Amino acid sequence: MFNETAMQTVAEPKSKAGERDRGASLLGQMLLIRRFEEKSAELYSLGKIHGFLHLYIGEEAVAVGAIPALSTDDAIVSTYREHGHALVRGISPGAIMAEMYGKANGCSRGRGGSMHLFDASRRFYGGNAIVGGGLPLAVGLALADKLQDRKRVTACLFGDGAVAEGEFHESLNLAALWKLPVLFLCENNRYAMGTAIERHQSQTDISAKAAAYGMPSAAIDGMDVLAVEQAAKKAVAAVREGAGPYLLEARTYRFRAHSMYDAELYRGKEEVEQWKKRDPIALFTALLREQGLLGDAQLAEFERSVAEQVASAVQFAEAGPWEPIEDLTKDVYTPVAP
Amino acid sequence: MKTTYREAVRLGLREALKRDPRAFLMGEDVGRYGGAYACSKGLLEEFGPERIRDTPLSESTFVGAGIGAALGGMRPIVEVMTVNFSLLALDQIVNNAATLRHMSGGQLSVPLVVRMATGGGRQLAAQHSHSLEVYYAHVPGIKVVAPATAADARGMLLAALEEPDPVVIFEHAMLYPLEGEIDEHNGAVQLDRAAVRRPGRDATVITYGGSLGKALAAAEQLAAEGIEAEVIDLRSLRPLDMPTILNSVAHTRRAVVVDEGWRTCSLAAEISAQIMEGGFFDLDAPVARVCSVETPMPYAAHLEQAALPQADKIVAAVRELLDRHG
Repeated sequence: MFNETAMQTVAEPKSKAGERDRGASLLGQMLLIRRFEEKSAELYSLGKIHGFLHLYIGEEAVAVGAIPALSTDDAIVSTYREHGHALVRGISPGAIMAEMYGKANGCSRGRGGSMHLFDASRRFYGGNAIVGGGLPLAVGLALADKLQDRKRVTACLFGDGAVAEGEFHESLNLAALWKLPVLFLCENNRYAMGTAIERHQSQTDISAKAAAYGMPSAAIDGMDVLAVEQAAKKAVAAVREGAGPYLLEARTYRFRAHSMYDAELYRGKEEVEQWKKRDPIALFTALLREQGLLGDAQLAEFERSVAEQVASAVQFAEAGPWEPIEDLTKDVYTPVAP
Repeated sequence: MKTTYREAVRLGLREALKRDPRAFLMGEDVGRYGGAYACSKGLLEEFGPERIRDTPLSESTFVGAGIGAALGGMRPIVEVMTVNFSLLALDQIVNNAATLRHMSGGQLSVPLVVRMATGGGRQLAAQHSHSLEVYYAHVPGIKVVAPATAADARGMLLAALEEPDPVVIFEHAMLYPLEGEIDEHNGAVQLDRAAVRRPGRDATVITYGGSLGKALAAAEQLAAEGIEAEVIDLRSLRPLDMPTILNSVAHTRRAVVVDEGWRTCSLAAEISAQIMEGGFFDLDAPVARVCSVETPMPYAAHLEQAALPQADKIVAAVRELLDRHG
């Protein structure tokens, strides 16, 4: 485990009310992801959700800290552990839940499931379940922006497992070679499925790999939402200014199993417990309390509001229609006018 | 005008780049080198390095970047040097290009054109000579074409660029120096129809790409014996134009499928199955196949030629159908 970094102060907006709002927004989003996923796990056990379900619990500070640093014109390419990314990007909890139910009102019309959430209007390009498969797409999206003289950033999220794929190295090389506006954001949760990073990387400092491509990089405490926020803002600004790509490594940990089928034979309970002491939500809650920005009543209100959002997402999914079987082959190809 | 297949590809690329500012070419050695098969010679000078992009030897990533650029509003033309190398990018084509539209519930489309050389005949042995078109033709979500003439080399490229979905174009490497007629004033041609290249009444020879010339030579030889073979050029490998094939078989009552891929699980196998499903009662004989011998492609010329479909093998297959089932 790396050294704990000291939490900063929430202060950035000058007024107390501003600080309070900002803290509330970060905490609220992390709580929404946590409760949404706890509900998803429950619904999985009840047989409402099927297939693979990869929970983000423990890693919330990365999505909540980093994704708001992007503007609405920017693009996101994500992984199969993307509920949190999708929620922070603004895809409605209902559309995500309905997708996991396999309903036609899901954000991918029931064709994708948990691993393939899409929203073209928010430039959210999936939900890629081939480890490393999204990196070249991000390079291409950024190339399109460069060729069309648009000052946009493409954020590409991937895990430490993807770093072992050839596409990681090919994509960093190509993006650096062509000075493309890509933020490579590695969520290093220390495990490639069940293989610990020490067992799959010769160099476990992922951020150090950027040097091989002449690319700037940083490693940050991914359990500290403020540290992620600050680093992401800096990285996005550099990328947008045309400095070329940037590799940001957020060191984090997944508290739950890899997927719902994982018996977690590869790690000890003590390790998990140790990391839970650095739960990003608990840490940030404590900080807000300490700074007098959060009280019991307000916290209870957050929980109530999040529970309401989750309940209405479930309702939306339950009420959604099934895609008719006659439409099975729809959208394999783009329909052309006769 | 008369021109080579290679020049026809170049003309198509040039027209595409002039016509559509979103179009750009990327791949290994497409710029300064002028293309491994010289198809993009002079284009760097004309269109500049932003639109004629030399890539590192990273097939998976530059094909994937083509997909991303297509999602981002461009019309990328990605050249992969040969089909054997394209296996390094198969993941991107099969798992991303072909799936993104359906998997996103119809929100995305990927207007990407991927071109690559295919086929044997130049003594390049077992890692540069195979015909793996069927790997791609197997996959829903992409279109696969194989122009066999100079006119199609240009026209199908232009048509592919008008498609909203990914198109993979196979150019048989033996075709590049061959000459043919093209009409400069004609633009895009139909992408998904087969063409009857020679009419006949006694048997239908179905083929595509580099084997078309061999099939036509076989038909010529058969004609001298009084056997009239109809030759169909598939042009599109996915979708297959089965109505054209079945119409032909309905009047010739015999079919030989010529395919430079290996016989097992081949395009020829698929076409044969579909003739059986759709034209069984029209047939006077089982469908015959002339495919590559099931071996990695050998280097020595006599071995390589023996491994590939040849006109005499096609002649023998047609004769056999008529002799045994005439």
